[in-house]
Parts: sequence; C-alpha cells; structure tokens
Amino acid sequence: MNFDFSEQQKLIQSEARKFLREQCPPERMRQVMEQDAAFDDDLWSRIRDLGWMGLAIPEQYGGLGLGYLELCVIAQELGRALAPIPFSSNVYLFNQALVIAGNEAQKQRWLPRVAGGELVACTAVAERVGDQPNSLPVTEITQDGRLHGQKIAVVDGMRAEVALVSARSSKGEVILCLLELDQAGCERAATESLDLSRPLATLTLNDVKAEPLAHCTAQTLTELYNTAAVLFAFEQVGGCEAALKMGMSYTKQRYAFGRPVATFQAIKHKFADMYVAKEIALSNAYYGAWALASSAPELSLAAATARVSANQAYFECSRENLQAHGGMGYTWEFDCHLHYRRAQHLSLVLGGTPYWKERINTELLRAE
Amino acid sequence: MDFKDTPEQAQFREQIRAWLKENAQPKTETETVRELSARYQQARAWYKKKAAAGYACLEWPKKYGGAGLTPIHKLIWSQEVAHYDEPDDYFVIGLGNCGPAIMHFTEEPLRSKLLQRMAANEDVWCQLFSEPGAGSDVAGLKTSAKQADNGEWRINGQKIWTSGAAHCDYGVVLCRSDTTVSKYKGLTMFIIDMRQPGVEVRPIKQMDRGQHFNEVFFNDAVVSDQYRLGAVGGGWEAALLVLMNERMAITAAVPNGFAEFFEFVRSAELDGKPIRNHPLVRDRLAEWHCMDAGVRAGFYRMFTAVAQGGMPGAEGAIGKLVAGKMNQDIAQFTLQLMGAAGAIHDPKIAHENAYFQDAILYTPGIRLAGGTDEIMRNIIAEQVLGLPQEPRADKGIAFEDIPSN
Ligand SMILES: Cc1cc2nc3c(=O)[nH]c(=O)nc-3n(C[C@H](O)[C@H](O)[C@H](O)COP(=O)(O)OP(=O)(O)OC[C@H]3O[C@@H](n4cnc5c(N)ncnc54)[C@H](O)[C@@H]3O)c2cc1C
Repeated sequence: MNFDFSEQQKLIQSEARKFLREQCPPERMRQVMEQDAAFDDDLWSRIRDLGWMGLAIPEQYGGLGLGYLELCVIAQELGRALAPIPFSSNVYLFNQALVIAGNEAQKQRWLPRVAGGELVACTAVAERVGDQPNSLPVTEITQDGRLHGQKIAVVDGMRAEVALVSARSSKGEVILCLLELDQAGCERAATESLDLSRPLATLTLNDVKAEPLAHCTAQTLTELYNTAAVLFAFEQVGGCEAALKMGMSYTKQRYAFGRPVATFQAIKHKFADMYVAKEIALSNAYYGAWALASSAPELSLAAATARVSANQAYFECSRENLQAHGGMGYTWEFDCHLHYRRAQHLSLVLGGTPYWKERINTELLRAE
Repeated sequence: MDFKDTPEQAQFREQIRAWLKENAQPKTETETVRELSARYQQARAWYKKKAAAGYACLEWPKKYGGAGLTPIHKLIWSQEVAHYDEPDDYFVIGLGNCGPAIMHFTEEPLRSKLLQRMAANEDVWCQLFSEPGAGSDVAGLKTSAKQADNGEWRINGQKIWTSGAAHCDYGVVLCRSDTTVSKYKGLTMFIIDMRQPGVEVRPIKQMDRGQHFNEVFFNDAVVSDQYRLGAVGGGWEAALLVLMNERMAITAAVPNGFAEFFEFVRSAELDGKPIRNHPLVRDRLAEWHCMDAGVRAGFYRMFTAVAQGGMPGAEGAIGKLVAGKMNQDIAQFTLQLMGAAGAIHDPKIAHENAYFQDAILYTPGIRLAGGTDEIMRNIIAEQVLGLPQEPRADKGIAFEDIPSN
C-alpha cells in the first residue's frame, strides 16, 4: 500500500503553487469580479502555455498524456489561488465527457483545441430551480439532432464557444450533446452569480443543431460527474487550506484584551475544527483520486464521499475564516468573501449536497 | 498511489487468513461476552494463542518476542482480524504505549526479558500518568520519587483512572523527582512492579457499571534504578514518546459506531417500514459515512508516511477526536429511532447485542481517556497548526510555587 502522491506529482504541485502564488494573488479574482469580466484572460493564456489544460489528454490529441493524479494536485492549487478561469468547465467536464463518451472523430475535432486552450467550453444541465443532476431534462433532442429548451446556471456560458448539453432523447433517456453556440436560435443571457468571478448564463435553444456524444449511455452523465466531483473536491480543499491560513495569520497579528486574538481558545478550537473538516475532506479526496486513477469500481461511492465532505469543509472554513476576521471580514475590501463566494459556487456546480448524500445512500445500500 | 499488496504481503495475507479461519471466533448473532473479568480472560486467551502461533507484536523485532515484520504487516493483520469477533485491541495500552518506551529506554538483558513476556501476554501492563490533581495537565502531577543513597527510588503518592491496573503485572509510572525546578523539568519515569509491597490498587466503579479503571496508591514503593525510563528529570520527554505511540495505536482502535449503525439501517424498521427509507436516517448515514471514510483514509495517509520512515504526528489526534463524539452521536440518534424501546438495555432484545445502549454509556469515557476532546483541539491548534499558546500561570516558576488544588 502506498496512499500518497509520488515525488513527481508533488513536484508538479509545488511548481504549480509557486507559479500561482506569483501569477494569481486574490486580486486577480477581485479584478474579474469588479470589471464584470468573464474570466482572467491573461492568467488563462499563461496556464495554457504551461500545458495544464492538456495535462490528462492523451498525446495523440495534443495533450501531455499524464494521469488524473497530476490533475488532482493542480486542481488543489487552483482552488487555493481562487483562480478566476474556466479550467474546470474545460478540463473536468467538457474534456472528460469526450474522453468518456466521444467517438474518434469527436475527440479528433475537440480535444486538441481544448488541450491547446484555444476554446472555452461550458456544460449545461440544470433547467429549473431544484433540478438535480439526474433529473430528466425537458430540453429535447429530435431524431435529426435539433435541440429545443432552456438551460440555466451555465457556468462560463457567456464566453463559451461550445457547450455540452444534456437533453431528453426520443427514448426518454438523458443524452449528452455537443452544441456550437454561435448559431442562429441559440440565445444567451447573463445572470448574476454568487461567485462573481465565475459568471453564469441562461441558454435558450430554439431549434439548434447539436450532435450527441457518440458513445453516450444513460450512465455517462453520472460517470462524468463522478470524475468532476473528485477534481472539484481537490479545488475545494485547496480553498479550505487558504481560508484556514488566512484566518490564522490575521488573528496572530490582531490584538484584543491585550493579547493576540489567536491565543484565545475559542478561536484556536475554531481553527482546529476547520482543520479536522479539511483533513477529512482531503483524505476522502485522496481516496477519490485513487479510485479515479485506477478506474476502481469504488469510484462512484468515493466521488460522492469526497464531494459531500468537500462541500461541507469549504463552507465551514470559509465562513469561520470570515468570522475570525470580525468586522473586517464583512467588508468588500477583505478577501474573506472571495472564499465564501467560491465555496458556494463550487458546492453547487455539480448539484448540491442533498443529491450527493443520496448518491452515497444508493451506493451503500446497493446490495439490498 | 495504490492499495496493492506486494507478492510477499499478499502471501502473508493468505497465510493469516488461513490461520484466522481455523483459530478465530467468527462474528455471530450470539451475545458477545459482556461481563468484565470473563472478557479479560477471553482477551488473554486470544493474545496467548496468537503469540504461540508467532503473530504477536508483528512489527517488533524477533528478539523481543515479535515477528520481525513491518507496520504494513500489522495493518494487514488488523484488516483481516476485523472480520472476526476477537478482542484484538484489548491490550493496546501495554503493547502500544508501554512497549515502545521499554524498547527505547531500558538496557539488556532487562529489555528482552520484559518485552518477550509482554509480547507473549505473560505480563500485562498499564499506564500510570493521571492523578486526582493532574489529568489534562498531567505534567502537574505530584506523585514523588526520591532516590536513596544506594540508588534505589521510593515512590509515594496516588494515581487515578489507571485502566486495567487491577489485572496488571507492571506499569509505567510518571513521577515528580524534583519540585524546585519548572514543572516539565522535574519529572522522571519508571517501570513499576504492580504486585510489589507499597502498591495498592482499588477499582473504581464507572458510570457504565464496569470497573475497568482504578486508583493506585504508592506507599514507599521501592524501585531499582535500572527500572528508570530515560534520564532523571527527563520524564516529560519519555512521556511524550509514550503519548505519541498512543496516538498511532488509538487512531486505529477507537470505535466510531459506524459499522453497527450501518447494520442497524439495513435491518431495522420504523413504524413497520424499512428505516433505510427515512430521509433523516439517510442524511445521517451519508454524514457518518463521510466521517468514517475520511478518518480511515486519513489513517492510510498517516500509515504511508510512517511506513516511509516518518513519525506519527499530532495529526493522529483527529481520529480520536472525531470517533469519540461520532460514536456518542450515533448511539443517541439510533436510540431515538427505536422510540420507547430504545431504553431497554438488554442484549437479548436490543439491536446489535445492545451495542447502542452500551455505547451511550461508554462513549463519555472515550471522549476523556487519552486526552479529552478539548485537549485534542489544543494539540491540533498548537502542535499541528502552530498557533500561540494561551498566557499561562505556570511558566517560568518552580513547580512548588505553582498554584494548584
Ligand atoms: C475510561 C478512562 C480510562 C482512562 N485510562 C487511563 C489510564 O490508563 N492511565 C492514565 O494515566 N489515565 C487514564 N485516564 C485518565 C484521563 O487521561 C484523564 O481523565 C483525562 O486526561 C482528563 O483529566 P481529568 O480527568 O483530570 O480532567 P480535567 O483535566 O480536570 O478536565 C476537566 C475538564 O476541563 C477541560 N480542560 C482541562 N484543561 C483544559 C484546557 N487547557 N483547555 C480546555 N479545556 C480544558 C477538560 O477537557 C475537561 O472537560 C482514563 C480516563 C478515562 C475516562
């Protein structure tokens, strides 16, 4: 047994951390929020140059051909740095959908462009408030591949050139389709998002041309979300670590009652609890990473477990970090709300905690 | 990153599987032994049996009665033995806490003699740290050790909460050898023969009606200097070594109740319908699964670090902190689901041999023993996260000048 990342993977991680510390301080997220930008183009192109977008894409499609474990450590660093870029939309979701269910032609067409960071993609699943990832979409795809319907809360939907869209097939099953967004009948409208650095769109699809993923089955969306859940969990844990660190440094230099706030036990125990929640989430993410990298049958349970603990841990760490900052924590100026907002975004993007808790139950009680 | 056994480890797993199948008690629906001294006898028989087969103290060197294997083998063992109904963690205090201290601080031939007997379960050991006036703040203890001109030590004072002391042959005792220096400097640690004159053990009745822990009184108990563990005045460093090993041992051993809760969810009914369909139950099942899985995966991480030559860090505090309260919460929630019948503390009637009724009564002890929840949080905050200590009233002054009760 060896339940750790390799030296090589740890090196990738520390290089990524160093790079992001220099290139992506929290002001980058703030700038995107304040300028109403879609994302940080400058950071995006630098990351493209490092090859991260094609990290786990096979070399034949222009990627680096590394595995999921390398992607996990990068995700953790992106989360720590609050990177305001569509990395997850492209890499955890669009990419993976093609890898899981695309045919050769579809992979040839799209993967090299994603690997090269030449386009932005988005994933459009939810349609109504309360929709779960496994809700059957109202959006329909006709026999000749025309889509009708509306998708909401589409992350990166305003800038994306192509979308992965879930639709109801003529058999009444969920099917994932590739949809080029620059075509007549396809309308986008921006909606304000909780995490202002990760903007959302509503897509209205009126008789638009789409192409089903060739090998898509009723299970594909679940498989895709399992993979993404593990990668997002690493981002969330990265965020937890940053929030914890922030709270500790602030309270060490802030004085009250004649001593540093960090010496008060109520505050220390708060940090201890944040750390415990973070460690549980990290350990579960490790297990998810193992399951993902080894295509283990445990992936489904491991992914749901990693997701639920990461959702909870980042919420706890981000809100208690804010609390430990006192009034300063509630200002726009301080960065506490960046984590608080990002925690909400990340915990909602694949469907919320209740859905994933239900998945845990299904997996645990499956044999019954 | 993988969970694979090497060919050698796989072979070891096969070998112990075969042995356990022949020799270990399968898990059954029948009542487990609850009465305390019968449980103790059962545990001794089990330890002797595995020692005779060469499976005692797998990771200890052979010359000390171990099997000369690695921590990985020990992990494989605990994974396999978990499928059986054997008290395989019963003597964890002696083997997990005292053993490493003996290995580290004594000289031959005493060392081999004591360890071999401990490994073979000929001697059972206890840990005598806590006192009426010093539990969380154990370095504030007062039991005195004074050295005579012939080199022998005389121990006087009182220990309390000593688990298993009534059955034990030896103990590791932490004493104050100098009251004129600061509290952490004046401590010295010894081995003590629990059967010798001047040592009196009185069982204490616990809130769960058990009598596992004890008071121990020392009245001019004489200890030879070769039983000293570490330097005179070096007791605190020696105690830290014991406590560090305790964390590693405990992380793996503290029960969290999840397996029993899961079994309950699978089999029980609420108002005549399968309880597993109840939304509240499903919510709790997911929550506790995440904690159970997270602590287990965390243990694998810690274990990997130790197997690669690292030391078990203070992170081990997480396992105990999470498991104790979780077990108590699980017991409480499950009893509530049982409704009025939850109050029946009878293994013939209550689910899982009255596991939840037992657990609601023993879990308060788990949250105290081996460092309370609050102390675990202090350890995480100060030793893992490096946060500053609180202002203290006992710093920089001689022990005898510190205010105490
Ligand atoms: C079942 C059981 C078995 C045990 N077995 C052994 C054994 O084998 N050997 C042995 O030596 N001891 C043993 N103990 C003793 C155990 O280690 C102590 O009970 C424990 O360390 C707490 O000490 P105390 O009881 O003196 O409580 P106190 O230290 O008086 O604590 C009282 C309360 O104050 C809190 N508190 C104390 N200090 C702080 C602080 N700095 N910050 C915040 N809160 C604080 C505690 O958390 C607790 O809630 C056992 C205890 C139990 C319950």
